[in-house]
Amino acid sequence: MKKALMLALALATAGSASAAGKVEIFSWWAGDEGPALEALIKLYEQKYPSVKVDNATVSGGAGTNAKAVLKTRMLGGTPPDSFQAHAGQELIGTWVVANRMEDLTPLFKSEGWNKAFPQDLIKLISTKDGIWSVPVNVHRSNVMWYNPAKLKAWGVTAPKTWPEFLSTCAKLKAKGVAAPLVVGENWTQQHLWENVMIGTLGAQNWENLWTGKLKFTDPKVVGAFTTFGKVMDCTNKDASGLSWQQASDRIAAGTSAFNIMGDWAAGYYTTTKKLTPGKDFGWAPSPGTTKVFVMLADSFGLPKGAKNRTEAMNWLKVLGSKQGQDAFNPLKGSIAARIDSDLSKYNTYSKSAAADWKSNKIVGSMAHGAVAPESFMSAFGAIIDQFVAGRDAKGAANAAQQLATRAGIGK
Amino acid sequence: MRGLSRDRLWSIAVLLPSVILLGVFVYGFIGRTVYVSLTDWGNDPAQALATNPVIQWVGLANYQELFSGFLQGRFRQEMVSTIFFTLFFILGCLGLGLGLAMILDRNPKGEGLWRTIFLFPMSLSFIVTGTIWRWMLQPQGGVNQIPTVVGGEPSTFGWLSSTESIWKFDWNKLPLLTAVVVAVVLGVLALRALRAAQRTRALVAGLCALMLLAWSLFVGPNLKLLAAPELHGFNLALIGIIIAAVWQMSGYTMALYLAGLRGIPEEIREAAKVDGATDAQMYRRVIFPLLAPITLSAMIILGHISLKIFDLVYAMSGPDNTFTSVPALNMYLTSFRQNQFALGAAIGTILLLLVAFVIVPYLTSAFRTEESH
Repeated sequence: MKKALMLALALATAGSASAAGKVEIFSWWAGDEGPALEALIKLYEQKYPSVKVDNATVSGGAGTNAKAVLKTRMLGGTPPDSFQAHAGQELIGTWVVANRMEDLTPLFKSEGWNKAFPQDLIKLISTKDGIWSVPVNVHRSNVMWYNPAKLKAWGVTAPKTWPEFLSTCAKLKAKGVAAPLVVGENWTQQHLWENVMIGTLGAQNWENLWTGKLKFTDPKVVGAFTTFGKVMDCTNKDASGLSWQQASDRIAAGTSAFNIMGDWAAGYYTTTKKLTPGKDFGWAPSPGTTKVFVMLADSFGLPKGAKNRTEAMNWLKVLGSKQGQDAFNPLKGSIAARIDSDLSKYNTYSKSAAADWKSNKIVGSMAHGAVAPESFMSAFGAIIDQFVAGRDAKGAANAAQQLATRAGIGK
Repeated sequence: MRGLSRDRLWSIAVLLPSVILLGVFVYGFIGRTVYVSLTDWGNDPAQALATNPVIQWVGLANYQELFSGFLQGRFRQEMVSTIFFTLFFILGCLGLGLGLAMILDRNPKGEGLWRTIFLFPMSLSFIVTGTIWRWMLQPQGGVNQIPTVVGGEPSTFGWLSSTESIWKFDWNKLPLLTAVVVAVVLGVLALRALRAAQRTRALVAGLCALMLLAWSLFVGPNLKLLAAPELHGFNLALIGIIIAAVWQMSGYTMALYLAGLRGIPEEIREAAKVDGATDAQMYRRVIFPLLAPITLSAMIILGHISLKIFDLVYAMSGPDNTFTSVPALNMYLTSFRQNQFALGAAIGTILLLLVAFVIVPYLTSAFRTEESH
């Protein structure tokens, strides 16, 4: 009797669960970024109370683990209803070219997002066949961080161009600063590389590099590689042992003068290290990139064959809405991708970044998947390592061009 | 008669599931990997993850790419690193393990405790070992601070972050070097056979050695794998990883050697002493030869661990440090980050072959001794 009752109960709950809607959201936002995602989910559940959100996170820095799990799920034919991906080529080069994603152009039209997001951004997340994801947040990668008090003591200012940086570097070295610029493990060196490239080539040439109009073997690019080598001479020798946080610590401690890092460093300084923006740490666009905003963004897409397509579409609508973006971003420490966000909700650094977002030229970051597919990014690290060890600018440029051809860049 | 066939039926029925499972999940998948490595799956990003990817047979092109492709310098460095790593790891473990075993064999005070202490690192996983040693080998970390204990300057050696390498050689010379080394080995074999008066053996080995030498003299120098010279050597950043690996596994060789030492009957030692052997002579002439089979099996086990090593390196220097990278890491990155499944499968197949080189001779010799018993 008891058993039968239990069975009936179980059946009843199962029945009610299937009657209500469900949507599975797949991301790598756990830990520090968890609360921001929770805020979005709460907003969604307020708007669609009958739908249960299944928050499937796979933790691990920059989604390395999540991406592997996602691959097995997609190949196994059980895609999540919506999943996180870095906006741009990281999604396009992996999943869109494989014909696994749905075109979101109708959604962008019906929600009026073509006007809400900057044109440069929409260009980065589209191909000629459609628009592929909804960006939730924006981070800036071309920021140079420094310690204002220390710079004053050394008698230098934040350089505006890379040649100026090199002379500042020589000055600092003469004063006994062993490593004027601090870098960390491999990806932070790629991050530095792209900033040197954009600062030397300019935004337009950077864009051309990824559409194939400018070849890596072009003398301009080879020259920028040489500059990158000179910049690397200003850096610490123990780079590959440092995480980006440890590298940032050296600015706070004043052992190095500059660090080029994305604006998640602002969150690290203010939240974790309890430093005051503007006083304990300062920032400027990285040399040669004034009026340029190098961006990376997290976005969500809609895989073909999603089980709960309607609910997933509603999720994307919440993500792209002003309310959704302003709920998520102040907690995540990023800025909204929309240009009409409510700035009163954001901190000092974010306000300045948001102002630049509206007025600057926007280009995508390579190191964070906006302009280059994974097949390029992941193998490019070895080229940087080889270049740093051997300083062969021409060889590195040749290798990069071969890699770009193999990855289908400019096709 | 009926009972026997029933027994047979039973044994077949009991064995069948594991035979099928092994066949599918081990040998089937190995076969599948080898097949994938001979295709172009993933070379075109559009086909890598498509629902019905168009996959073409390309023969050995992926292997050719790995050994002579312009972009695969990382893989070649990793092959060189693996060889050095394996060599120093095995030497370190055997040396340290034997030393510890010989000390313990003298029955020092608290022998049981020492044995446990030395064996303990083996109970940790490589990830844990890697994390601990990563902290200790940080540029400003524990190991570099040791000189300050005696009042010296802290060391600045980049245990895991060094980008320097020594003993560099040009990859283009690899076939040449291999041929010379193999020829020398064959020559030694030939000489030995000659001394043992095995005429045919000496003749075959000697002829092979001569042919290889002739090849390396006349053909080898003109052979070019790569357009430009490419230097590979022993990366100093590997030293830190070797230390951690030896720390973890030397307790294991100690246990093997200790068992071996304890297994040598006291009478043999006494007999040696009665014959007037010193301690050193006794070890060299009597005890070490008796430990040879243990050394062999330890080498096989350590060898296959070091060829497949992945987690220790991943934990100690991350997947993206090319100066400490090993082929297994590259295989993971190539297949699951770059989506180049065929190329990844080719690296996997090469690793399998390397391990087979170590394991198969051991297995066959084990089979032979079993059969002769």
